[in-house]
Amino acid sequence: MTVLEARRLEVRRGDRVVVTAERLAIQDGETLAVLGPNGSGKTSLLLGLATLLPVRGELLHRGAPVTDRVGFRRRIAVAFQRPLLLDRSVLDNAALGLELRGIPAAERRQRAQAALERLGVGALAKRPAVALSGGEAQRVSLARAFAVDPEILFLDEPFSALDAPTREEIVADLARVLHETTMTTVLVTHDRDEALSLADRVAVLIAGRIRQVAPTDEVFTRPSDPEVAAFVGVDNVLPAKVEMVSDEITRLRVADVPIEVTALPPEGDGFPLLCVRPDDVVIARTPAESSTRNAFAARVIRLEPFGRRARVTLDCGFPLIAHITIQSAREMGLAAGDEVTASFKATVPHLLPRHRGGS
Amino acid sequence: MDLILEGIAGAITRILALDPDVLDAASTSLAVSGTATLLSVLAGIPLGTVVGLTRFPGRNLVLSLFNTGMGLPPVVVGLFVVVFIWRSGPLGQLDWYCTREAMVTAQFLLAFPTIAGLTAIAVQSLDPMLRIQVQALGATPLQLAWVLVKEAKLLLLTAAMAGFGAVISEIGASLMVGCSIKSDTRILTTAIALETGKGDFGYAFALAFILLALIFVVNAVTTWAQQRQRPL
Repeated sequence: MTVLEARRLEVRRGDRVVVTAERLAIQDGETLAVLGPNGSGKTSLLLGLATLLPVRGELLHRGAPVTDRVGFRRRIAVAFQRPLLLDRSVLDNAALGLELRGIPAAERRQRAQAALERLGVGALAKRPAVALSGGEAQRVSLARAFAVDPEILFLDEPFSALDAPTREEIVADLARVLHETTMTTVLVTHDRDEALSLADRVAVLIAGRIRQVAPTDEVFTRPSDPEVAAFVGVDNVLPAKVEMVSDEITRLRVADVPIEVTALPPEGDGFPLLCVRPDDVVIARTPAESSTRNAFAARVIRLEPFGRRARVTLDCGFPLIAHITIQSAREMGLAAGDEVTASFKATVPHLLPRHRGGS
Repeated sequence: MDLILEGIAGAITRILALDPDVLDAASTSLAVSGTATLLSVLAGIPLGTVVGLTRFPGRNLVLSLFNTGMGLPPVVVGLFVVVFIWRSGPLGQLDWYCTREAMVTAQFLLAFPTIAGLTAIAVQSLDPMLRIQVQALGATPLQLAWVLVKEAKLLLLTAAMAGFGAVISEIGASLMVGCSIKSDTRILTTAIALETGKGDFGYAFALAFILLALIFVVNAVTTWAQQRQRPL
């Protein structure tokens, strides 16, 4: 069942249209992540869906157009990147949404306290909100949203201002609470890991347009276009030429190197784009056996560490990027100029049309 | 030097003896300026909140008028009020000339722009996202204004205190419209001027100390409000 649906939605800031959504439907009980780079219009889309920014087009709540904005907002809740607490006690902050909805004092105290407990900050109820740490304040902000038991919970990068350990803890707690409550949630984030750990579906927003809406796995393994691919971490998007298509295999050439994949090429496109996630590329010191599919003699061009991993740029006759752990890079004694074997499974890549029509 | 010491000694004697004339001027000052400030708060905070939170054509003009009003010369206000309440003036039938009502009116006109202007600045200075957050939680426009006013309460207290501070030490308008009638419209400032003119420095000092004490309390409250820790 669709809880909220946007059709031909245009979100405006002043005279400018900052986001357009041809169609976006939020289903009962799902967690939908709106994923996109900074400045892509994610927050504007969220504010538009929550009727907090002026919009054009249709916004349907359970099939009926949203006309009473205050009434609609009383069915939802929003938590932002910053906690935005009032200069009151923690409990009074958590109870604000209930207070605005006219819930009697005793009931709102009890519900706010329960929400604080759920987010692990029940013990802080009597403290003034000004005295909280960043992580505690963000938990109170989330508790304030949960306390009203919203039909749809909107979260606008609620973790991005927190330090890494606090963020991991809160993401884990939120994942648990969302799972327990089966609350319909729209999570705006630029963080792919957050989307992966929390979302059932992902809508990718780039430059003010929704480019793909699909189950989380699909967006990450089958991005719909090169820009989405780049954003979800598919760094290898290679122009290919189709040589042969059979029932089981598509034979391609990328810069004269033969490649076999199980994916079918886009209909009628003899020159698709071959997409391979860097995580799916394997590097070995042993020479490639000629019988192995998609194993290439490669030269290491660059080796760049990031976090606990290394990004390896290879030349296999075409450029290929691989992500391996720092540990395996060390064990192999990998360095620029080395000759190695790079490979990926035939089931790994997917093919995109080179030229996309529309969005 | 003797004159000053004698004056101070006389002042202390009068204050300790709870001199009725001193108490009278002090209580009239508090009653008139307190009432004027209260009325200015009742009118200025709602109006300042509306101006601070909404956008409408002519908004900058209104804010400029508030700012001009903050520097309004009391004697000019006094002149306008007198003209209005003069027997043959537009409000002559009120018969307010030389009354506390006239003084409250004049002081209201002095305090109101200050309080309305500072209120507009106070609510405007709140985090704009806080406003969106409160709206997102389902606030009606009135609830939103109320939550934000409560959030800005310390700044609004400062605004009220600034208004009170301006009128409690004002003399020009009060003298012109109130006529400084003993035991009726005589307030601390007009009494100080009068007694100083008569050479009764002990009396004048006593009144001045009380006025200073009042202004000190106002500033102490304002400072406390300003220095208090702000929320996230």
